Amino acid sequence: MTATDAAPPTAADRAALALQAARRTRRNFLADGALAAATGAALLIVLAILAMILFDIVRNGTPHLSWTFLSKPPSEGMTAGGIFPAIVGMVEMVVLMTLAGVPIGVATAIYLHEYASPVSPLTRAIRIAVANLAGVPSIVFGLFGLGFFVQFIGAGIDKAFFHGDKVFGQPALIWAALTMAVLTLPVVIVATEEALRAVPQELREASLALGATKFQTVFNVVVPQASTGILTGTILAVSRGAGEVAPILFTGAAYFLPLLPKNLSSQFMSPSYHVYVLSTQSPDVDATKPILYATVLVLLALTFTLNIAAVVVRARMRRRAGVAT
Amino acid sequence: MQAVTTSEGATPTGKSQPARISAPISTDGASSQALERQKRRSSMRVSVPPAQPPRLKLSKAPFWHRAAEWLLHALAISAIVAIVLILVFTAKEAAPLFYSKLVREEVTLAKMWIPQLWPGYDESASVWQPVSEIPKFGVWPLILGTIKVTLVAMAVSVPLGVGAAVYVSQYAGPRTREIVKPVVELLAGIPSVVLGFFALMVMATWFQDAFHLESRLNALVSGVALSFAVIPVIFTLAEEALRAVPRSYVEASTALGAARWQTIGRVILPAASPGIAAGVALGLGRAVGETMIVLMASGNAAIVSASLADSTRTIAATIAAELAEVVFGGAHYTVLFFLGTLLFLVTFGINTAGDYAIRRMKRRLGSAT
Repeated sequence: MTATDAAPPTAADRAALALQAARRTRRNFLADGALAAATGAALLIVLAILAMILFDIVRNGTPHLSWTFLSKPPSEGMTAGGIFPAIVGMVEMVVLMTLAGVPIGVATAIYLHEYASPVSPLTRAIRIAVANLAGVPSIVFGLFGLGFFVQFIGAGIDKAFFHGDKVFGQPALIWAALTMAVLTLPVVIVATEEALRAVPQELREASLALGATKFQTVFNVVVPQASTGILTGTILAVSRGAGEVAPILFTGAAYFLPLLPKNLSSQFMSPSYHVYVLSTQSPDVDATKPILYATVLVLLALTFTLNIAAVVVRARMRRRAGVAT
Repeated sequence: MQAVTTSEGATPTGKSQPARISAPISTDGASSQALERQKRRSSMRVSVPPAQPPRLKLSKAPFWHRAAEWLLHALAISAIVAIVLILVFTAKEAAPLFYSKLVREEVTLAKMWIPQLWPGYDESASVWQPVSEIPKFGVWPLILGTIKVTLVAMAVSVPLGVGAAVYVSQYAGPRTREIVKPVVELLAGIPSVVLGFFALMVMATWFQDAFHLESRLNALVSGVALSFAVIPVIFTLAEEALRAVPRSYVEASTALGAARWQTIGRVILPAASPGIAAGVALGLGRAVGETMIVLMASGNAAIVSASLADSTRTIAATIAAELAEVVFGGAHYTVLFFLGTLLFLVTFGINTAGDYAIRRMKRRLGSAT
């Protein structure tokens, strides 16, 4: 107080202050610009990576893509023909995976969101397990599939029903599908729970007030409302399952099979595994390159279509939830 | 005294208690008139039956409803069962390493972890040559390879992921965000085998031409390709964390005269740091365990070297490449399952730490608002 009162700022002081302020403003302006530019550049690089991958694969993949490619088996040592058996194998594996995994995932999500107390130790344990299951490396799922499904369950079935003949105790379609079902479990659980969370609480209260039991409320009111979310989870799980290779390496995928898989204990071909083997173990890379690119394009188109479908379905669900509340 | 009991029954609430107590007292010392009135009132009230909470007769839920609910409870622990089974059955196949004589003739824990003096070598070394005449299971080349590739991947993906998240959450408009977020999710949706293929076919050539590298497939190429899989993980979690910072923080900082970059650097980023750390941790878990990209793009030579230009072999890629050709139950098979168990435990630790960070973030911001 006293200092400033005693000596009013001279013109020079004021000029110095103004200069300082101007400098600070300029420095802030520059720093702001630099930060925005740097972070914006990071975003652009990320988007450019995606564009680069898409561009390369679409450009090199389309020339060889044709109806024959999709409907004919490979021929002449993988240098000609198509990937029809691989597509069939993948579809069969994914269907089995969905049948086995989605009901369990949906049940877990319903239990977590509708029945369980959010603070009980069991609920917390389930949540930790789900979070960790999502982070288990895919190759460990491969080991698990081999150790549990093939060696333990499969060999057990053989011992009990086939007098020790190797029927199920070896890599097979069903074991690959079940391994993949475990891998995609967290995807289904997270998506379903998000959908259940979006169902307005009033709907549950109204149903209970009308005298419906908890079970009727959950299955006749809440779950139908959340069905789009369950669909999203299924789509994402299918997309993940179609693209993963490591879990099926030792549990059922085969490089080349003359016949389509006939039953659950057959091995199967898959486009993702096909890409891996063709690109790493082909004796003549140049001869297989067009086929390889076309296979990658098919795989990428499939997963992208599924992912975009999931995004659209989810966006629609969120919009509806926003209107309802 | 009927009156008292009735009124007791009729007004069980605490508020009327003084009146109830006063009733008998007034009867004792009051005139007959008052007593009469009291009696009349009581006779009027006697007809009212004592009120009790209505007893509804609920019919029991049908048996199959209850059965279905029990099934639901049973299925809900599937995730826990899965985690336990994964650990048990990978560890079970690795266990002979500790007791099987046949396996221990070829390999023991000490031989895996301590550099050995192998015939033909000048000094003791940790060597991974599981199919040579004398099988050598030194794990250090694989562990160092994993660390090397992971470091490259994190060095690329952390700045890009967090930077893009800062831009999208702080500078971009809502419309940009609506477009960018699903696009980054698409990047996350690219199968890792496709990323590995792209690294093998395209990026390896680019890097070789740009840096004049000796080996086409090396730690640098596989690390950068791996970062493409990690970026979406970091971006998504960091963006959510940054956007969850309460507006009041920003307003307070701006009101104190802080410039935008100061607000972002000293208020928003510290507040969101647990969420960003969680994203980095989950990304790290992904990088350590990712198989196909490194398997296809790293060259798979198990050598100890600090150079990024050298071909490298990681733990996950080793399992994927070798398990198909081993004898079931043999030493090599057991060691590969041991490595798998190790990988599981390491990623489990990293993910648990990340999960803890997310929950701390939620609690911290939850109490702030």
